[in-house]
Amino acid sequence: MPLSTQSQADADQYILIASLDNARNLSNILKAISLRDHAIFNATQNGLKVTVEDSKCLQANAFIQAEIFQEYIIKEDAVGFQVNLTVLLDCLTIFGGSTVPGVCTALRMCYNGYGYPLTLFLEEGGVVTVCKINTQEPEEPIDFDFCSTNVTNKVILQSESLKEAFSELDMTSEVLQITMSPSHPYFRLSTFGNSGNAHYDYPKDSDMMELFHCTSEASTCKYKMSLLKPSTKALALSCKVSVRTDSRGFLSLQYLVRNDDGQICFVEYYCCPDEEVEEE
Amino acid sequence: MDCVATGGNVKVLAKAIHSLSRIGEELYLESVEDGLALRSVNSSRSAFACFLLSPLFFQKYQAPSDQSFRCKMPIKVTLPAKSLSCSLASLDRSVEKCRIQLDSEKNRLTITLHCKHGLLKTHNLSFQDCESLQAVFDKESCANVLQAQPRLMVDTVLHFPPSLEEVNLSVTSDRVWLRNHVEDDADSLRAMMTELCLSSEEFDHFAVGTQTSVTFCLKELRVTVYLCILTRLSPVILSVTDSVLEANFVLATLSEDSHPKKNHVNSDTKHPDTEQPPDDFMSDDMDSFLIAMETSELPGPSHVPTSPPQPTNNRKHSFIEDEALAEGPPNKKFCSLFFGSVLPTPSQLPNQTMQSQEVLASDSEDENQTETS
Repeated sequence: MPLSTQSQADADQYILIASLDNARNLSNILKAISLRDHAIFNATQNGLKVTVEDSKCLQANAFIQAEIFQEYIIKEDAVGFQVNLTVLLDCLTIFGGSTVPGVCTALRMCYNGYGYPLTLFLEEGGVVTVCKINTQEPEEPIDFDFCSTNVTNKVILQSESLKEAFSELDMTSEVLQITMSPSHPYFRLSTFGNSGNAHYDYPKDSDMMELFHCTSEASTCKYKMSLLKPSTKALALSCKVSVRTDSRGFLSLQYLVRNDDGQICFVEYYCCPDEEVEEE
Repeated sequence: MDCVATGGNVKVLAKAIHSLSRIGEELYLESVEDGLALRSVNSSRSAFACFLLSPLFFQKYQAPSDQSFRCKMPIKVTLPAKSLSCSLASLDRSVEKCRIQLDSEKNRLTITLHCKHGLLKTHNLSFQDCESLQAVFDKESCANVLQAQPRLMVDTVLHFPPSLEEVNLSVTSDRVWLRNHVEDDADSLRAMMTELCLSSEEFDHFAVGTQTSVTFCLKELRVTVYLCILTRLSPVILSVTDSVLEANFVLATLSEDSHPKKNHVNSDTKHPDTEQPPDDFMSDDMDSFLIAMETSELPGPSHVPTSPPQPTNNRKHSFIEDEALAEGPPNKKFCSLFFGSVLPTPSQLPNQTMQSQEVLASDSEDENQTETS
C-alpha cells in the first residue's frame, strides 16, 4: 500500500500516527460534532478525543478509541492541537463520497508536534493526496464538571424514537424543555413556539426505553434550541442515546455510534441550562 | 369538541392536511352539520380546497357544543400538520390514533397523536376566530360533467412537466383535450407544446352540454377523481366523494377570450370579454361572483349530477404517492377546490348555488373495476 512506503526516517519524526483503512470511520463521527470551525484534538494512549465548543454553553466531544485505528502510535502521554474542523473534514472527504462498495479512502494522520502542521495522507484507488493543515495552540476545553455522582436523572433510549421527535421540533421555540419525572409524563420534550406548545412523551415502559432511572423528584430544565438542534447530527448516526441531567440542570447527551465496520464510538454533548433573566 | 381518528383514517387525515398545506397558508376548521370541514384557500383566491369529514370517519365524534365553531390556524407551522404530513410513508406505521379536542374556554385546540412504542405527541395550538371560508359554486348547474377513474386523471396529468403553470382543458361533444397553456403566440413557437386527447369512452360518465375551453393552474390541481366543469363561470371543480368524507377542489380559470388559441372549440359566448392580466386567473365576473357574500347552504340529500363514486384505485401510482387517495373501502377521499369566501349570513337566497355535500352512499366497492384505458 502506498501509505506504508514512507521511509522509516519520516515515521520517527512523528509523535502521533493514526491510520485507518476507511477514513469515513473518522469523518462521519467528526461531522456529528461539527458545530463550529475549530476543534481541539487531544490524543492519549487510549485514543483520540475531539472537542468542539459553542458560546461557552455547549460542548461536543467525539471519542475514537485506539482500537478503531489500524495503526495508532503515540510517543507522548498526551498530544494536543487545534485545527480547523471544516478544513479537516474537506480533506478527509477529498476524494468525494464513494458509494462503490469496497472502495474507500485510506488515511494516515501524522503529527510532528508543537508548531508543525497536521499531515494527512489519503489514498483511494492508487491515488495519494497529502494534506497539511496548520495547527493552533489548543484551547483548554471547558470542564462541565459533570460527574455521575451528581446525576439526578438518567434515561437511555433507542435513537429511532428520538430522531423522529427531533426532526419535528418546532424551531420557532427558543427553548427545548426536558422533563424527567418518576411519574407521568416520565420523559418529556416540550417546545413553546409561535402557534402553541408541543409535548413529546416517552413512557417509562415503552420498548424504546432501555433504561429509566429517576430520583424521587421531577426535574424540568430548559435549554436553548439553537444549541441543541445541532445534536441532531449525532443522533442521526447513533443507535442509542443516554440523556442525563444533574443537580444543576446541566444536560449530558451521550450517543453510541456504530461506524462502517460495526465498531463502537461515542459522541457526547454537554449543555448548560437556559437561565431565565429575572425582569426588574 | 372531541374527535378521534384511528387506523387508516389517520393517514387520510394527514393527507388531507397535507393537501391543504399545498393550497394555502392557513387551515380553516369548521364544525358543520355534516361533520368536520377542513378548508384552505390560496393567497390569490384562485384555488380552494375543502375536505368534509363525516362523523363516521372518526372512531369517536363529539361535535363542539357551540355548533358554529370555526377557527383558522397557520397550516405550515401547524405542528400536527407537519408531524402528520411529514414522512407520510411511515405515517401509518407510526401513528395509531389521532385525537382532536377543543378547549373553548382557553381557545385552544389540542391534537394528540398516539404513536408506536407508547410515544405520545401532544400539540396545544392557539387559533384565531375567522369567517366561514366557503366557495360559491354549484355542481348541479354544471353544463359539463366528466367522471373518470383517478388513474386516468393521474396518467393524463403526468404527461405535463411539473414546472408547467397552466393547462387548458377543452371539451367537445365527444372528446376532451388537455394542452399546456402558453401566454402569447410568440412563446408558442418556442415552447414545447403538449396535447392530450381523450375520447369520451375513456370516461365513466361523459356529459357535455356546451363545448367549452377553460384554462387553470395545473399546480393546484392535485388528485382528482371526478371532473365537474362549470362553463358559465369557468371554475373547474374537482370532486371526490366517499361514504365518510367529501372533498372539493375548485380552481379559477382564465377568461377564454384572453387567449386566441382556440382551434377546436368554440368559446362560450357568455364568457366575459375583458382581457385579463396574464397572471391573474380571475375574470372580473368571477371576482364579483366569488366575492358575492352568499352563504353556502348545505342542503339535504339532493340529486348529484354524477353517478355514485367509484373506488379509487391508484395506490400504486408514484406520481400521487403523497396525495394518494386513501386505500381501502372506507377511506376514499374527495378533493375539490372552491373559490372565494363567504360570510355566514343566516339568510340564504333560494337560488343560491348549493354544493351538494351530502354523503353519498357508497357503491358496493367494485375493487375489480379497472380504469378505462
